[in-house]
Parts: sequence; structure tokens; C-alpha cells
Amino acid sequence: MRRGLSGFLAALGLLALMAAGAFGQVPSWKPLAQDDLHDPAGPAVNLLQQPAAALSVLPPDGAGNMVRWVKALEEGHIQPRTALRQQTKVQVYDKDVLLNLKGGMPVVRFPHKAHTEWLDCSNCHDHLFKKQAGATKISMFRILSGEQCGLCHGAVSFPLTECSRCHSVSHAQARKELEGQSR
Amino acid sequence: MFLRLAAVRRLGFLRIALWSVVVAIILVASKEAPAEYGDVVINNYSDGAGMRPVVFPHWFHRMRFRCKVCHADLGFQFKAGGNEINMVKIIDGQFCGACHNGEVAWSVENCNLCHSAKPGTPTQVHESTIQKLVAPAGQGARK
Ligand code: HEC
Ligand code: HEC
Ligand code: HEC
Ligand code: HEC
Ligand code: HEC
Ligand code: HEC
Repeated sequence: MRRGLSGFLAALGLLALMAAGAFGQVPSWKPLAQDDLHDPAGPAVNLLQQPAAALSVLPPDGAGNMVRWVKALEEGHIQPRTALRQQTKVQVYDKDVLLNLKGGMPVVRFPHKAHTEWLDCSNCHDHLFKKQAGATKISMFRILSGEQCGLCHGAVSFPLTECSRCHSVSHAQARKELEGQSR
Repeated sequence: MFLRLAAVRRLGFLRIALWSVVVAIILVASKEAPAEYGDVVINNYSDGAGMRPVVFPHWFHRMRFRCKVCHADLGFQFKAGGNEINMVKIIDGQFCGACHNGEVAWSVENCNLCHSAKPGTPTQVHESTIQKLVAPAGQGARK
């Protein structure tokens, strides 16, 4: 019974995945007047910059803004300011944290560096995550409902459909890294 | 022992099946959503005041400023519509007004550049996952 249900769900899921893939090649940057958000009758659609004009020249990606933002920053395609007035330096912290060590999905590598290039520690600590690896109870359901990692990923940063960008480390590799650290 | 193992396997299978459905829903739904990823609509007061709702484009601003400038230094909360922005505050130099003051960026008299959404568009992050999961497919595409 259970088996039948899960088999059905899996088949359904795979079918839908394939269907989604087939429609996946739609041009990504809609002109503002056709984006279903800006008022085509207003003056702004002729004055604002079109997303395609700015984004098509940046390192490409397959989802979200279709821009690999980490690379765009790293390679200097964009130089976003770090402060409005006095040039306070961003505090970059270069430590990866491995999450989801026990799950069935591959382990999640959380890169502090990619985040602290953009964000301040106070954007995450301690109201979203504790400052201790493994101390926060993180769950994929909460992420999908827009909490924890899903606060940004799913709204502004690369979207949650990119499973493997977070679930990027095999369990064997993760074990190796953790053993290396404890030695 | 064998039974337990089989149960665990089955559970794992069910879980993967469930997740693939979730992913599929997201992927299918994401084809519906037309506006640029990360665009925020702010409409606590605009409709009521007879102005078009405000569209804030993240893609445009993050090319010029790191997240921390707005979300740490200027104090924007991570919540669409959650900052209770109004024109008095903006003219006073808070929120958008910290930059849209004729120095860092063009100033407030360009009403239409900010107030640019279709009348009646509710406060939202246009492309959020939650929205896609909660809103039945097709709702975003209504005309
Ligand atoms: C923004 C990063 C991110 C993305 C994208 C992401 N996940 Fe996760 N996921 C996590 C984190 C972090 C956990 C950690 C939970 C923990 O520590 O136990 C997790 C946990 C899970 C779990 C529960 C633990 C397990 O392995 O069984 C599943 C299942 C899962 N994710 C599936 C997915 C699927 C499917 C996708 C793509 C739709 C996805 N995730 C995309 C970050 C992400
Ligand atoms: C985008 C969110 C985010 C930002 C920004 C961030 N962190 Fe973290 N940090 C995390 C997460 C997630 C963890 C893991 C928490 C857990 O496993 O419970 C973590 C863990 C840590 C830990 C514990 C590491 C360990 O191995 O035990 C330290 C220390 C830390 N962060 C310091 C910082 C500092 C300093 C900054 C600013 C320069 C910063 N973090 C910015 C998300 C963030
Ligand atoms: C406060 C916002 C925020 C939160 C919370 C957050 N991220 Fe991110 N994340 C970002 C930003 C901004 C980037 C830069 C790339 C982008 O915007 O697409 C990024 C990039 C990444 C990257 C690198 C992507 C690449 O292109 O190389 C990974 C991996 C990642 N995040 C995983 C996570 C995981 C796992 C969590 C939860 C433990 C998390 N993030 C929570 C904002 C956030
Ligand atoms: C830099 C962007 C920006 C510009 C320029 C701007 N506004 Fe606004 N305005 C906002 C935001 C954001 C809100 C809050 C929207 C909401 O919650 O509905 C707002 C709210 C309003 C409101 C309702 C709340 C209140 O304060 O009464 C009115 C009326 C309004 N604006 C009129 C104007 C007029 C008239 C102009 C041109 C002189 C103008 N705005 C220019 C961003 C802007
Ligand atoms: C120029 C200022 C500015 C910059 C830079 C900026 N944001 Fe925002 N952000 C905003 C505004 C404005 C809102 C909407 C707040 C409101 O409606 O009151 C917002 C809302 C958000 C939200 C809440 C969405 C929701 O679910 O309700 C998230 C998450 C977010 N920003 C993440 C980011 C990340 C990640 C970056 C950097 C890549 C970033 N922002 C850069 C101004 C900015
Ligand atoms: C940290 C500074 C900063 C803040 C805060 C800020 N902006 Fe901007 N914004 C800019 C700059 C710089 C430009 C580009 C000005 C130029 O090209 O002269 C800009 C441009 C824009 C544009 C025009 C984009 C285009 O296509 O040309 C809009 C719309 C806009 N901002 C809306 C807003 C709204 C709404 C808010 C508040 C919710 C806001 N901004 C807050 C700095 C900021």
C-alpha cells in the first residue's frame, strides 16, 4: 500500500520534472512592460532600465536572475559599495560549515566567505543561526516556507530549485573533511 | 532486523518521492512567474492614497550596493512591506530617502520611477518560493 503510493508519487514527480524541464528554455528577462508587475500604461516602463540590458552581460546562471552573483562579485564584473558614507570594510569570514550530516541528501556546505562578501554577521547571527556548527535545528520544510536559508534563497539569492548548490558534498567527502579538522 | 531495514528503505523511498513532487511543483510553478526575480512590491498605503504601488528591484540595487548597506547599516528588515515606509520618512532621509536624495541617487520628485506597479498589486516578493507553493498555478498569470 505504502509502496504503491510512493511509487505513484515518484512517477508523478519525475513526469512533472521532465515537463518542467521541457518548458525550461523560455527567455528569462521579460521586458518591464510585459512582466505582469509594472503598469504598462505608466511612464516608468520607458524610463527604467530593462533587466536584460544589465544582466545579460554578467556571468550566466540557470535560475533566479540568471546571474551567478558570487562569480560576478569575485571577478569584478560588479563593484557594489560596502557602505554609504565612511568606507567601513566588510568583515569577511572564511569558514565553511557542513550541515545535514545525517540526512539522505548530500551534505550541505555553507560557505561563510560567499555570504560575508555581501552580508553583515548581524544579518544571520544570532536570530537565524547560532554561532556554533550543528547547534541550530535547520529543516528543509522551514527553508521552503521562507525561513532560515529560505529567507534569502527563494526571494533574492539563488532559488531553492538549485538543490545541488547547497547539497554539494558527498557523505564520504564530508567525513574526510571532518576527520581532517579534528586531527 | 531485516524488517527494520526494509522499513527504513521504504521510508527513504517515500521521502525521496515526496521531495521530487515538491521540486516538480516549484519548477512547474516557476515557469508561470514572469517578473524579475527579487522584485519587491510595497503596497501598504499606495493604493489607498491613489498612487501606483512601489516596485523595488533587488537586481538593480545589488549591482551597486551590498546587502549589508541596506539590511544592516540602513536598517531595512528582511520583510516585504515590513518597514512601514512612507513619504514623510523618505523625505526625512530614512529608508529609500537615505539615497534617493539627489546626492547618492535621483531624488523624490521622480514619483513615477518608484510608484510603477499595476494598481492593485499586493505587497509581495514577486518570485518567492512560498508564493509559488501556496498560490495555485495560474494565479500569477491572471490578467
Ligand atoms: C539554500 C540551501 C539549500 C537548498 C537550495 C536546498 N537545501 Fe535541502 N537542506 C538544506 C539544509 C541546510 C538542510 C539541513 C538540515 C539539517 O541540518 O538537518 C537541508 C535538508 C534537506 C533534507 C532533509 C535531510 C535529508 O537529507 O534527508 C532534504 C530531504 C532536502 N534538504 C532536500 C532538498 C531538495 C530536494 C532540494 C531542492 C529542491 C533542496 N534540499 C535544496 C539546504 C538547502
Ligand atoms: C548568511 C548567514 C550567515 C552570515 C552572514 C554569517 N554566518 Fe556565521 N554561521 C551561519 C550558519 C548557518 C552557521 C552554522 C550554524 C549551525 O550549524 O547551527 C554559522 C556558524 C558560525 C560560527 C561557528 C562555526 C563553527 O565551526 O562552529 C561562527 C564562529 C560564525 N558563524 C561566525 C560568523 C561571523 C564572524 C560572521 C560575520 C563576519 C558570520 N558568521 C556571518 C550563517 C551565517
Ligand atoms: C541573509 C541572506 C542569506 C541567508 C539566510 C543564506 N544565504 Fe546563502 N547566499 C546569500 C547571498 C546574498 C549569496 C550570494 C549569491 C546569490 O545571491 O545568489 C549566497 C550564496 C550562497 C552559496 C554560494 C552560491 C554560489 O554561487 O557559489 C551557497 C552554497 C549558499 N548561499 C548556501 C546557503 C545555505 C546552506 C544557507 C542556510 C544555512 C544560506 N545560504 C543562507 C544570502 C543568504
Ligand atoms: C525612492 C522611491 C520613491 C519615490 C521617488 C516616491 N515614493 Fe512615494 N512611496 C515610496 C514607498 C516605498 C512608499 C511606501 C509604499 C506603500 O507601503 O504603499 C511610498 C508611499 C507613498 C504614499 C502613501 C504613504 C504616504 O506617505 O502618504 C504616497 C501618497 C506617495 N508615496 C506619494 C509619492 C509622491 C507624490 C511622490 C513624488 C513627489 C513619491 N511618492 C515619490 C517610495 C517612493
Ligand atoms: C538598496 C537597498 C537594498 C539592498 C542593497 C538589498 N536589499 Fe533586500 N530589501 C530591500 C527593501 C527595500 C526590501 C523590502 C522591505 C520592505 O518592503 O519594507 C528588501 C527585502 C528583502 C528581503 C525580504 C523578502 C521577503 O521575503 O519579504 C530579503 C530576504 C532581502 N531583501 C535580501 C537581500 C539580499 C540577500 C541582498 C543582497 C544580495 C539585498 N536584500 C540587498 C532593500 C535592499
Ligand atoms: C543604498 C542606496 C539606495 C537605497 C536605500 C535605495 N536606492 Fe533606489 N537607487 C539607488 C541608486 C544609486 C540608483 C541609481 C540611480 C541612478 O542611476 O542615477 C537607484 C535607482 C532606483 C530605481 C531606478 C532603477 C532603474 O531601472 O533605473 C528605482 C525604481 C529605485 N531605485 C527604487 C528604490 C526604492 C523604492 C527604494 C526604497 C524601498 C530605494 N530605491 C532605495 C540607490 C538606493
